[in-house]
Amino acid sequence: MGSLFEYAPAPESRAVVDIAPSYGLFIDGEFTDSADGKVFKTVSPATEEVLSEVAQAGEADVDRAVKAARKAFASWSALPGAERAKYLFRIARIIQERSRELAVLETLDNGKPIKETRDADLPLVAAHFFYYAGWADKLDHAGFGADPAPLGVAGQVIPWNFPLLMLAWKIAPALATGNTVVLKPAETTPLSALFFADICRQAGLPKGVVNILPGYGDAGAALVGHPDVNKVAFTGSTAVGKEIARTVAGTSKKLTLELGGKGANIVFDDAPIDQAVEGIVTGIFFNQGQVCCAGSRLLVQESIQDELLDALKRRLSTLRLGDPLDKNTDIGAINSAEQLARITELADKGEAEGAERWSPACEIPSSGYWFAPTLFTNVTQAHTIARDEIFGPVLSVLSFRTPDEAVAKANNTQYGLSAGIWTEKGSRILAVANKLRAGVVWSNTFNKFDPTSPFGGYKESGFGREGGRHGLEAYLDV
Amino acid sequence: MSDATRLSVFKTYKLYVGGKFPRSESGRVYEVSDSKGNWLANAPQSSRKDARDAVVAARKAFGGWSGATAYNRGQVLYRVAEMLEGRKEQFVREVAEAEGLSKAKAAAVVDAAIDRWVWYAGWTDKIAQVVGGANPVAGPYFNLSSPEPTGVVAVLAPQDSSFLGLVSVLAPVIATGNTAVVVASAKAPLPALSLGEVLATSDVPGGVVNILSGATAELGAPLAAHQDVNAIDLAGADAELAKELEIAAADNLKRVLRPQPVDYTATPGTDRLTAFLETKTVWHPTGALGASGSSY
Repeated sequence: MGSLFEYAPAPESRAVVDIAPSYGLFIDGEFTDSADGKVFKTVSPATEEVLSEVAQAGEADVDRAVKAARKAFASWSALPGAERAKYLFRIARIIQERSRELAVLETLDNGKPIKETRDADLPLVAAHFFYYAGWADKLDHAGFGADPAPLGVAGQVIPWNFPLLMLAWKIAPALATGNTVVLKPAETTPLSALFFADICRQAGLPKGVVNILPGYGDAGAALVGHPDVNKVAFTGSTAVGKEIARTVAGTSKKLTLELGGKGANIVFDDAPIDQAVEGIVTGIFFNQGQVCCAGSRLLVQESIQDELLDALKRRLSTLRLGDPLDKNTDIGAINSAEQLARITELADKGEAEGAERWSPACEIPSSGYWFAPTLFTNVTQAHTIARDEIFGPVLSVLSFRTPDEAVAKANNTQYGLSAGIWTEKGSRILAVANKLRAGVVWSNTFNKFDPTSPFGGYKESGFGREGGRHGLEAYLDV
Repeated sequence: MSDATRLSVFKTYKLYVGGKFPRSESGRVYEVSDSKGNWLANAPQSSRKDARDAVVAARKAFGGWSGATAYNRGQVLYRVAEMLEGRKEQFVREVAEAEGLSKAKAAAVVDAAIDRWVWYAGWTDKIAQVVGGANPVAGPYFNLSSPEPTGVVAVLAPQDSSFLGLVSVLAPVIATGNTAVVVASAKAPLPALSLGEVLATSDVPGGVVNILSGATAELGAPLAAHQDVNAIDLAGADAELAKELEIAAADNLKRVLRPQPVDYTATPGTDRLTAFLETKTVWHPTGALGASGSSY
């Protein structure tokens, strides 16, 4: 690696973040032990170093948190929208002030590169609170009637791939619309949510409006199934999403689900190759591919396949894998041993089923969870790696000849979250975008997010939208 | 040649699937009575196979119907109102018999149903502007959200409002470009089956609407579990059945519209339109120029 240019390491300082040896649950404005005293450890995926010990929520804690949220709901929902807005603006500002601290914390706990937490996650987190803050006193103009009402207590379960960003996507619209929240972060990445609890305290947010319950799937299930929860929002796997849909069946709980994906990134023969290569890299290697809308299937027009793959392989050889706290790092650690095992298993299956595997020469650190960027060619639509969500830095390359074939292959999946189109021909972009069954279509770009822009899937990628005016609907009685 | 000797001609009610009028493949029928218990006709008792055939027909029709212009869909829906207006008498009689209404009340119901088609006809080319639009993202990107039909929608029509209720749940589904498999009110299916005859002559392409009669639970189960159905409207299910079907629908994450108390005589909102729409957001760089300060 790196024959021409060698970069000196540029590690970000850990000194900006002070991680306590232990944390409690955040219920009714206080940090507290779990009812049964259980705790779990959270580790840095890059080093396997134990970062902290965190209280583990159980059913009794869920009940306590829901009660606190219910109690807080009466006054929070009655607050004039303009006042709720100011709390959200305060939170947004404090996030900006503490963004370097939170970025380092997130990188330590999640394993993703600091340049992503610093330049993508945190700015978007703050932006979401700013955006929804502005809605709080304008809900009667949002197109849901003259006086749309909040639902009540929102039970929210978020994943580990963007811990703080997913929290922002969930909490900002919930609070803006007058709901109160019980949120369960993922068991591998609880820390930034607990720091957020502290931000709520700094902002003077009334007790019980936001409650944070680190824990495992059982706590999530208890929250989703709690009879006094009015709204359930979940981001995570399709399998769990289906389980949740069954749990809330027959109740009046409003449900939104952001689930898996198997995004197609379609490159036509007239695409700007260098830009497309960058887009493919962003599409599948951003956050080590642990992104539900990742462009994990590359569909390339046959006539440019060789040229594109050569350019892509050249580009992949320049990616830097290693210490996520190094500002030069492109590929960080996989979030957990469990996830690494899943990626490894699926990649091995790809080989076993006859696809051709390629990775750039790449030094893998001796501790931590790592997976080299991986490319599979000779992939057909029937291959497991072309059908199952891998949620890792693994790209499957398929080819096509005509736009119709590209569309048919892109849509040949149970999922429908994202897609990419690369061509210089505007009419082709519009025609293909029109035919793709996906909630987000990026043309000549990929993996762009913005709080004003609705995000969410078709088919088994879930239902409901987050972001934008559309994102309000999930938290309003409409 | 006395009038008294003329026997009236009964109608054999049939299903409406794929633009055709088949009998149930099961060969079964069941007796339909008026509100006083007098026999009216034998309706087809559809089977699971009929339900699956209807889904195939609806899927086949989806590309064409969802790809039609909104203007065209509006014209077609309006045409349904036109055709109904001309056959009003028949529907007044059928609704009066089905629901035990006086002729005047049944006429009001049929008028309302016709007007509902007109109302939804006007929505086809407006809903996109109401629920979609440009998003002002913080970056050099053009970003547009637009609604699209979710696909094949199974509709369990309301049990008590055999015609106005039916139209109120069906029209919004197809107005937005979805195709529908409708299970008619089990006890009062005849107005629904007659609606099929109207749809067949109203420029609605075959397969866009498919109408089944029979036991709601028996037909609801395979539709809720069907892997090629994208959404289900549970209007005609009671609480117990609705829960069971919602659980089955989770299998492929169908969009579910739960049963809710609805006054079908009131002007509907947009809820039933948006319930069966997806939002697609398309991004494209705007080509903002670099740091050189140059501009167009």
